[in-house]
Amino acid sequence: MTGRDLLPIPIRDMSFRLTDHNGQPFAPSQWLGRPTMVFFGFTFCPDVCPTTLSDISDWLADLGPEADRLNVALISVDPERDTPTILAEYLSNFDPRIVGLTGRLTGLEKAAADFRATFEKLPRDGDYTMNHTAGVFLFAADGQFTSIIDFHEDRRFAIPKIRRILT
Amino acid sequence: MKRVILATLVVFAAMPALACETVRVGDIEVEHAWSRATIGADRPGVVYLSIRNTGSTDDALIGVATPIAGMPMLHETVVSDGIASMPHTMSMPVPAGQTAALAPGGFHGMLMGLTQALKKGDSFPLTLTFETAGDVTVTVEVLGMGAKEAECPNAQP
Ligand SMILES: [Cu+2]
Repeated sequence: MTGRDLLPIPIRDMSFRLTDHNGQPFAPSQWLGRPTMVFFGFTFCPDVCPTTLSDISDWLADLGPEADRLNVALISVDPERDTPTILAEYLSNFDPRIVGLTGRLTGLEKAAADFRATFEKLPRDGDYTMNHTAGVFLFAADGQFTSIIDFHEDRRFAIPKIRRILT
Repeated sequence: MKRVILATLVVFAAMPALACETVRVGDIEVEHAWSRATIGADRPGVVYLSIRNTGSTDDALIGVATPIAGMPMLHETVVSDGIASMPHTMSMPVPAGQTAALAPGGFHGMLMGLTQALKKGDSFPLTLTFETAGDVTVTVEVLGMGAKEAECPNAQP
């Protein structure tokens, strides 16, 4: 079985609890009523995560003010090291509309389960790294899952997918 | 004026476009070496660059070294079934007559154990070891954390 055999549940059925990068409690119901774009990552990752955040920043810039209606969130798969303060500093390098979510490991595990996403902690060189689901999840304003933008997907396909949840 | 991590490199730093210039060893040409700023020194840094093999013999990049990191290594980001991982890799092929790159989302230099945070505008030396062509040292420019490609005229990411 792969991570792609199952789709995320609708946002209205999600029940995880996390904390945003401003230290405020977060519940998925806060996303309802607006289209939503979510991805998983962590700040110790120097390659995939900044690349995804830059891509998303570019997409948001391309979409312009229209994208103000989107919820955009990075869920940290490394809550041990990614405090709200660290996430805030990290995200200050990217589009200000991106919100960072972190919290307790149990909250992250529930979030991953709701998204049918996976993450795995791997010991490495006296430290550890994380393997994690790399795509960007898109949801309509009613919270229904619509599609995933894969990590290596051409941006010509990414923008139309986002436009679809904005209409 | 750029802030340079090693005082001995100040002379190089006076040439702002150095990271955009092409450095050669044997049949190998290296250019557009860049990195991303880091939050502190605990988080690993990254290196991207472009390599051209102008010869008729296949070569391979087999190592990276820099005084600013205790454990520099080659990684390859792999996305399989939607899951991203970045295993160590022993070498990156640089086939005869072709261009290969350390680039976002693929092969990259991973700088573990940084001696200090990388700040936008810094530059540092990186020595690449090729199986056939041997060693060559390039200057890596540190760009912003959100950078996606080298800031050079006609740069490839
Ligand atoms: Cu890596």
